[in-house]
Amino acid sequence: MSTINETIEGEEGATRRDFLHVAATGLGGVGAVMAAWPFIDQMNPAADTLALATVEVDLSAIGVGEAIKVMWQGKPIFIRHRTAKEIEEARSVDMSELVDKQSDAERVQEGRAEWLVVTGICTHLGCVPVGTSDGEDKGDFGGWFCPCHGSHYDTAGRIRKGPAPKNLAVPTYAFLNDTTLQIG
Amino acid sequence: MAEWIDAKPKNKAAAWLEERLPVIGLVNNVVGVDTPTPRNLNYWWNFGSLAGLMLMVQIISGIVLAMHYTPNTLMAFDSVERIMRDVNYGWLIRYMHANGASFFFIAVYIHILRGLYYGSYKAPREVLWMLGLVIFLLMMATAFMGYVLPWGQMSFWGATVITNLFSAIPVVGDSIVTLLWGGFSVDNPTLNRFFSLHYLLPFVITGVVILHIWAKKVSDSGNPLGIDVKSSADQIPFHPFYTVKDAFGAAVFFAIFALFLFYMPNALGHPDNYIPADPLVTPGSIVPEWYFLPFYAILRSITFDIGIPFTDVVIIPAKLLGVIAMFAAIIVLFFLPWLDRSKVRSGKFRPMFRWFFWFLVIDMVVLTIVGGKKPEGIWPVIGLIGTAYYFAHFLIVLPLLAKFEKTLPLPESIANPVVKAAE
Repeated sequence: MSTINETIEGEEGATRRDFLHVAATGLGGVGAVMAAWPFIDQMNPAADTLALATVEVDLSAIGVGEAIKVMWQGKPIFIRHRTAKEIEEARSVDMSELVDKQSDAERVQEGRAEWLVVTGICTHLGCVPVGTSDGEDKGDFGGWFCPCHGSHYDTAGRIRKGPAPKNLAVPTYAFLNDTTLQIG
Repeated sequence: MAEWIDAKPKNKAAAWLEERLPVIGLVNNVVGVDTPTPRNLNYWWNFGSLAGLMLMVQIISGIVLAMHYTPNTLMAFDSVERIMRDVNYGWLIRYMHANGASFFFIAVYIHILRGLYYGSYKAPREVLWMLGLVIFLLMMATAFMGYVLPWGQMSFWGATVITNLFSAIPVVGDSIVTLLWGGFSVDNPTLNRFFSLHYLLPFVITGVVILHIWAKKVSDSGNPLGIDVKSSADQIPFHPFYTVKDAFGAAVFFAIFALFLFYMPNALGHPDNYIPADPLVTPGSIVPEWYFLPFYAILRSITFDIGIPFTDVVIIPAKLLGVIAMFAAIIVLFFLPWLDRSKVRSGKFRPMFRWFFWFLVIDMVVLTIVGGKKPEGIWPVIGLIGTAYYFAHFLIVLPLLAKFEKTLPLPESIANPVVKAAE
């Protein structure tokens, strides 16, 4: 019992000590977190990786109904020269049928609806869908098909069937002139 | 419970050292080669030491491979081919390492199933069981990163698919994936860090293995009857009895290993990994190594969102749900000691449990087959049923069995295993 009394009596002195304990441990903790940060952040993209430049693509060689793949930031980009029928198909879809609701007009630039530019990475787990080259399976909706887990994309690169949650991403791009596209 | 024994080495030099640094006593207390061990261990008890041997095979062959391998996207594939063609015995050491991973998993899977059948996870061995699961998780991480190193098509696309699992995490998912990659796709920084971690983790595994063996020493080995040791009549010393039995088992196991190593070294691999990685072309089908297939099947089985009915509000999207299911398939094993409350440990005395154990094994085999198929036709349906059954086994069947199953009478002791008929 005496020890308990002693503690209560000594409380005045212990407060100062407690404060020093908490302050020192707290500051030490902050220091530890600060010291840990460089070791975590070194895993993020390095400056040279971040400095990846833009890519310019010559569109004149892509005929109507054809598509190509280019590399940008280590990722494939699909550029598709759509036929009038493909555009019509993409525009006639009822919005309620879509998983990730986006109209075709939102996914292309105005006046250039024939050019569809999307990141060629399935939004499920990152495979490259097939359907760009001639003779490849374009899936049930005439766009792309991801062979990894069976996602089907339509002619606007929108997810229509399968496990992928989102439409193929549209990267930042601009037309420098009628036949040159700049990605990034 | 085992007690801490002070080793008094007879050798003078050893005794001198022991007085100054009691390392012999420490090793003996943790590993305990002289430990009294239940006398009735059957051959299913061999697979722990076999897994330990395979860990050593992997570490030794891996250290040698690292002397010839170059972790750079431009050179990795060629350096592996150089190991195969030019380095003296390189083909042998690489095939040993690649097939060794498979045989390590074979040993560990049998070891885990042994634990499931004989109730090795029950008190007082819960921590022993959970340490084993930690080893299993570390092994999966190590094997995955090791498979990326040759930088073939399967390496690259396997890495892409598995790292993308983390993008399913809400809000921070994409940042985490970028952090893992060190870029905007699986690339050179990813390969470098995977090599570093692939070298590190086996030693972490070794550390946890030491804890695992220590926990086994403290709680004593289980045994096929699942009853506690009652007297010294139930026990025999580990050495020489089980060292010899383990050695014999190892000879048989290594003979089968050698069969694969020398006659069909690529049977367990995928031919696409002999194509250099190409970030623009996904292989026709991405198939993980066979030991990941059941979990891969669980991941792919979920293709529906969970949302509020009759609205478009999605609470958990299919992608996240699949990832949760896959991790939950292993996490659920950590709770096994509390899900199966039956007092009887061994499946030998649990007539209904025994059936369900084999149903689970069949379910795992089915999931393995589904995981290797393209997700078309009937396979996704079978995968979903298999996944549902897997979780039902642990979350419904085991708790109910513990309540309603009529177990058989337990024998009096290990030394006297025949149950006397009631008079």
